[in-house]
Order: sequence, then C-alpha cells, then structure tokens
Amino acid sequence: MNAAPAPMAPSKIFLRDVAKSFGSKSVLQGIDLDVAPGESMVVIGGSGSGKSVLLKCILGLMAPDRGSICVDGEETVGFNDRDRARVMRKFGMLFQGGALFDSLRVWENVAFGPIQSDGMKAEQAREVAVAKLGAVGLGPEIGELFPSELSGGMQKRVALARAIAREPEIIFFDEPTTGLDPIMADVINDLIVKCVSDLGATAISITHDMASARKIGHRIGMLYEGKLIWQGPVADIDHSGNAHVDQFIHGRAEGPIRMQVRRL
Amino acid sequence: MTFPLLTVLGRMTLAFLQATGSVTSFAFQAIRLAVQPPFYRQQLLRQMLEIGYYSLPVVGLTAIFTGMVLALQSYTGFARFSAESAIPNVVVVSLTRELGPVLAGLMVAGRVGAAMAAEIGTMRVTEQIDALTTLSTNPFKYLVVPRLIAGIVTLPILVLIADIIGVLGGFLVGVYKLDFNDTAYLRNTLDFLEFQDVFSGLVKAAVFGFLITLMGCYHGYTSKGGAQGVGMATTNAVVSASILILTFNYFITEAFFAR
Repeated sequence: MNAAPAPMAPSKIFLRDVAKSFGSKSVLQGIDLDVAPGESMVVIGGSGSGKSVLLKCILGLMAPDRGSICVDGEETVGFNDRDRARVMRKFGMLFQGGALFDSLRVWENVAFGPIQSDGMKAEQAREVAVAKLGAVGLGPEIGELFPSELSGGMQKRVALARAIAREPEIIFFDEPTTGLDPIMADVINDLIVKCVSDLGATAISITHDMASARKIGHRIGMLYEGKLIWQGPVADIDHSGNAHVDQFIHGRAEGPIRMQVRRL
Repeated sequence: MTFPLLTVLGRMTLAFLQATGSVTSFAFQAIRLAVQPPFYRQQLLRQMLEIGYYSLPVVGLTAIFTGMVLALQSYTGFARFSAESAIPNVVVVSLTRELGPVLAGLMVAGRVGAAMAAEIGTMRVTEQIDALTTLSTNPFKYLVVPRLIAGIVTLPILVLIADIIGVLGGFLVGVYKLDFNDTAYLRNTLDFLEFQDVFSGLVKAAVFGFLITLMGCYHGYTSKGGAQGVGMATTNAVVSASILILTFNYFITEAFFAR
C-alpha cells in the first residue's frame, strides 16, 4: 500500500490514491480527497461513475485495492471488526433506498443504533426516536407504523432520522433526493442542511441532482471514469472551466461525456 | 471432442470446490462469532419461534400421516408372513431413526430455509445489511448466528414432537382400523424402542437444523442482483439443504448403526 501520510492540517476524512476494480472494470482510479471538519462535500457524477463505491470504501463496506483512507487521522484500511465498529460509531448514513428494516416499526428503526450498538434501554431509545422523528417533521404516531406503510418521501425522512439518531460526527448521503418529487426533494434538502448544521457534522453526499448539490454542499467534486476530475467551492461550479463539469451540470447530451449504452 | 467435455468437467469441479470452500468458510465464521459477545437473545428467541413453533402444524401433519401410512403399508406387507405384531415396532423405529428427522428436515427446509434466504437476500439487495454495518452492528452476528443456533436447538425438539405424533398416527390406524389391542400396541412400541433409536434421530435433527439454516443464510447473504437474485437464492437454499439432508442422513446412519 503506497499512500502519502496524512497532511498537517487535520482533515476529518482524508483519501489518497484510493483505487477499486471489479474484474477488468476499474471503478476508482486513484482518488485524492480531503474533507475538513464541519464541511459538506458533494460528489457529483453520472450513473456508474463510482460514487457509491467511493462511499462504501470510506465506510469499510468494501475494501479498496490500494490507497489510504483516514478518519480523524486514523488509517481505516485493513481494520478488524472491532476497530471498524468503533470508527463506525462516528458515522451516520442515509441510503439511496432508505434501507429501513422492514420487519421493525419506524421507531425501532430509528432507535436501532442506540439500542443495539450503544446499549440504551428501549424506553429511553424510544424517546430519542420520537425526538429525531420530530426533527425530520414526523409525529410520534408515525413511529408505530412499519416502513412499508410509508410513502417514499416519508421513508427518506425516517432514514434521515435513523442516520442522525446517534448524533454522528460524519454523515453520508447517498442520492438523498432520487425518486422524490421536486418539492419533497427540496424538503429533504432543507432537512439535510438543518440536521448537518445542528449536529455540526461533516457530510459527504453523492448525487446527480444539481439543485440538491448546490443546496446541501459547501464544496463539489466531480467523479468521472473513476477520477475526481474537478473539485471546488459550490460558487465556482458554474465557471469551472471544465467541459465535463459544464456538460454535466447543464445536462447536455452533447459534449465530452459519452453515455455508455452497452456493458463493457 | 474429449477436450471440451474435460473443460466442462474441470469447470464444474472447480465451481463445486469453490462453493464448498465458500460455504465452509461462512460456517466457520458463524461458529467463531457465535461464541463472542454481544449475543442477540431477542433475535434468537424470534428465530426459535419461527423455526420451531410456526413449523409445528406442517411437521405435525407430515408426521401423523406418515405414521398412519406406515402402519397401513406394513400391515399389508407383513400380513403375508403373519408378522402383523411387528407393526408397532416398525412404525416407531422407522419414525424415530429415519422418517421423523428426514421428513421434518425436508419440510422445514422448504418452509424456513426458503424464507431465510428470501429475507436475508432482500436485506442484501436493498442495502439493509450495509445499513446494519453503519449502525455498528455486525450483520453476520445479528442475522446469521441467531438463525444457526435456533436451527440446531429447535429442530431436535420439533423432531421429538414429530416422533410422538407419528407414533400416535400409527397407533390410531393400528387400533381403529387394523383392530390391534391398544395396550398391546403401546407396549410393543415401548418394548422395542431403544434409546439409540431416538438419540440418533435427534442428532440427525440437530445436524439438519444446522444445514437448513446455514444454506438459507449463506444463499441469502451472498445473493446479488435484485428480485431474480433473491429468487435464485431461495431455490438454491432449498435444493442444497434438501440434498445435504439426504447425504448427511446416510453418513450419520452409517456412523450410528453400521457394523
């Protein structure tokens, strides 16, 4: 593993030369990324550009083929189960499809982390769950329902409540607005901004929804063919000087990015 | 023309060895984690209820009809040699040694193994297993270990009940249809029954419980690619568990009774 040491300035999340391949397909080809404490980083890119793989590598759900991933200056690649669980305590994650446990009631979903991982008593965890559901605009009566009884937007809110239930230092958002109508998408964006700022958390979001990216991010990076081809403040995205970024943010079919219409 | 055949055989052998290694490694990981805290007692109880209690009707029905058929078939065969008095013995030994554990195992494989593969497979493809990891919960410990322990503990109890119900089925046919004396039937049943008959059946049941839950969990946990992948995992779980039950049944029988 040839990786540069962590920089002097303390990054919350620090990646150097992270690469991941599946068979002959190289999904990540040497990603360098620094996210400062309290910063909200948004990674944009087309479908199949490796955004989800990037998040899963940082979370340890996938092992990178090479490279270094540090959280609070601590190298996490090659962690054993116990160390992984300890570092995972700092993370909250909002999955694209919600990933709510469908055999559990909504409040049990939100209270899952506090009960199972932190050993909180069920009654106390239930109060935490009701408070977190309130923070995402859902009443306590919703807590008694099962996830399958909720609409897509409500499921996203519950998933957000679950992600913030343990008051994590770092929150990941995987396509938070996908599948939602524009108004509900904006509601979710507002909730994300509010929750992240209330917790003072560091956030990494991946999305291809530019309205969402502009609203929830301080900084944007664009992933293309496994590389971060541009990154900069949100304000600079409209004059990035990068033809790939321009094509992507304006959603043009013509440009340097060619849609892959057949599998490699 | 020989070479393509050899290639196919080679590929199949390699795939078989790979699958065997993968399942074995999965089983060892489960056993290693089973002895490490935390222990998810509620999950264990839930699975014991799911495997044991909710399988009772289907296993009970299978057992009672098997016992009844066994008595009836034995009678038509044994009557030719005037050996009708051996019927209670045949029924109880066949049930405790073979039919109880094997039929209960196959029924539970169809009911529970399939449900486990479908549930865990759906959790895999909808990222619920990844969500467990992000909530600092080891999905293997939370999902796989309680199911395996529940299978090993619950199936012997289920088989013991199936044995009793099966003998009752034979008794009903013997007494009410074949005109056996009820006391004589029961005395014959108990006199010929040996501890090892029941014990070997319970050992089989524990092994089958392990195999059924292992296959359900393994195929669910490793499923890929949406609804089709989950469907395939479910089929594979039932088919592989059934084949393993029949295979292990032979070897356990040989270990207990071969001279």
